[in-house]
Amino acid sequence: MSVESLSIRALAAGYGGARILKGIDLEIAPGQITAIVGANACGKSTLLRAMSRLLTPESGEVLLDGTSVHATAPRALARRLGLLPQAPQAPEAITVLDLVSRGRHPHQGIFGGWSAQDEAAVAEALELTGTDALAEREVAALSGGQRQRVWIAMALAQQTEVLLLDEPTTYLDVNHQVEVLDLLTDLNRRRGTTIVMVLHELNLAARYADRLVAMRAGEIHAEGAPGEVLTETMLRAVFDLEARVMDDPVSGRPLMIPLGRHGLRANEREEARR
Amino acid sequence: MSGAAGIQRQRRARLTRRLRFLGLCAMLVLALCALILSLGQSFTPPATVLRVLGGEAVPGAGFTVLQLRLPRAVVGALAGLSFGMGGAAFQTLLRNPLASPDIIGISAGASAAAVFAITVLGLAGLPVAVVAVTAGLGIALLIYLLSWRQGVAGARLILVGIGLSGMMQSLTAYMLSQAESWTLQAAMRWMTGSLNGVQLEQALPLLAALAICGGVLLIAAPALEVMRMGDETAAGLGVRTGAVRAAVVVAAVGLVAVATAMVGPVAFVAFLSGPIAARMTGRDGSLLLPAALVGAVLVLTADYAGQFWLPARYPVGIVTGVLGAPYLLFLIIRSNRTGGGL
Repeated sequence: MSVESLSIRALAAGYGGARILKGIDLEIAPGQITAIVGANACGKSTLLRAMSRLLTPESGEVLLDGTSVHATAPRALARRLGLLPQAPQAPEAITVLDLVSRGRHPHQGIFGGWSAQDEAAVAEALELTGTDALAEREVAALSGGQRQRVWIAMALAQQTEVLLLDEPTTYLDVNHQVEVLDLLTDLNRRRGTTIVMVLHELNLAARYADRLVAMRAGEIHAEGAPGEVLTETMLRAVFDLEARVMDDPVSGRPLMIPLGRHGLRANEREEARR
Repeated sequence: MSGAAGIQRQRRARLTRRLRFLGLCAMLVLALCALILSLGQSFTPPATVLRVLGGEAVPGAGFTVLQLRLPRAVVGALAGLSFGMGGAAFQTLLRNPLASPDIIGISAGASAAAVFAITVLGLAGLPVAVVAVTAGLGIALLIYLLSWRQGVAGARLILVGIGLSGMMQSLTAYMLSQAESWTLQAAMRWMTGSLNGVQLEQALPLLAALAICGGVLLIAAPALEVMRMGDETAAGLGVRTGAVRAAVVVAAVGLVAVATAMVGPVAFVAFLSGPIAARMTGRDGSLLLPAALVGAVLVLTADYAGQFWLPARYPVGIVTGVLGAPYLLFLIIRSNRTGGGL
């Protein structure tokens, strides 16, 4: 599978006159996992929406292998770039198999026609996400973690080389958060899919992403490997948070521990006061 | 790979269920047409009916079959297809069974416009249909504008639509009362829908609307299904959501308004067909075609029942109204109980 490049050039965008993104320049590392982090309302989701076709930029451009995403026909784009919105809604009384099959929509002609290739893509997506046993169940009857795996399966059936996800772990218990991120990493390692996701949970972002992008007030504050980006200085600047950053004993990636005002050991309290 | 086998089995089972239902409905429509053609006030043997349809001049039977019964069967079936498909398109697009054109005032608006075209402008035939479609689109636009507040929420849209529907119905009643000559029969048609006195020529606009608007809807059906997952997910799958929404609204209004201009706003057929089809075929595929056939079955059955099975002769809209009202109440009570707005 060829690896597509995704570059963002001087991108400015917003809603109804309010400019949220103020000139973003960013190269998405092909074949890697990039996590976008930042405080609420910093423009993370807006950036993701502008990278797909959901939001038309005021100026600047998003280039997928050199051609503008916004100048590409939606269906053609959807065969190369997938998007999973935050908290997507499942239609009433729909089964897992049917939901996942809808990922094949951009690959089908006007008069439908279900091919062996479609069937293989759906079967593979179900298997990769471990949802094949759920195929005949109704999506509404599943647990939150299962449901998110089903949505990811739908995005996989789309077979794009780039996959954008807006907070894929929101509303999930911590075990399911880890499960979903493990799954996305499997996908990235096995198929070379470029993954860009907005994540709230900083430690999980540092743990699972190859690259971190920290945003603040519509601009990119820092970008690079987790060890370079997740620093005490960055946390202060982007989140206005006093925190300690140390090596995660499990992964060796940076681990952030907020200081807060309560529950500190005596020596830490001394230090925080100074 | 037991998973792949399971998938195949599931897909085949679903397709079988769907095809079986479509086949059953189609056969039911044909059977109802046969019944209507041969058994009315008097009985005409099927062989004679076939001879008459074949163009043979059969004294006595010719007039009854060709002038009285055939228009009823053909126009009724076509109107039913139109109402059923148009209603299901609206319900799918707005993700709400209450958002059906006969609940939110589009049928009532088309009916008022048809009455205006006939009694005030003195039009007849195709121009009436054009006026009705224009009014239907106008009502759709008005609902959209009145319920717009940073996006269109389902409950507000439906309440605005119910209000407009009431206004249009009183407008129809007013115009009928002011008209120089009007009959109870005409009033019944424009208030509740009726197949009394339909002519075979009225099938032509219906056929044209089904060919054009129905064609557009069937082409848009896969995209419409994807849009049930929300606009953002659909856009991520390459659907031009704005274009699909506009095409579906215009085509569905076209179907419903033309049918209304021909037979009046037959109560609740658009509203009932989609949910009945969903109950029978499951909710995995597009409902447009199943709902269209259910609509035809509903109209033909209700019209026949209204003519021959009840103590007095009632127009089709009265019968479908009696069928639809309990379901409307059920939906409103259920949405109250689940606290889900409308």
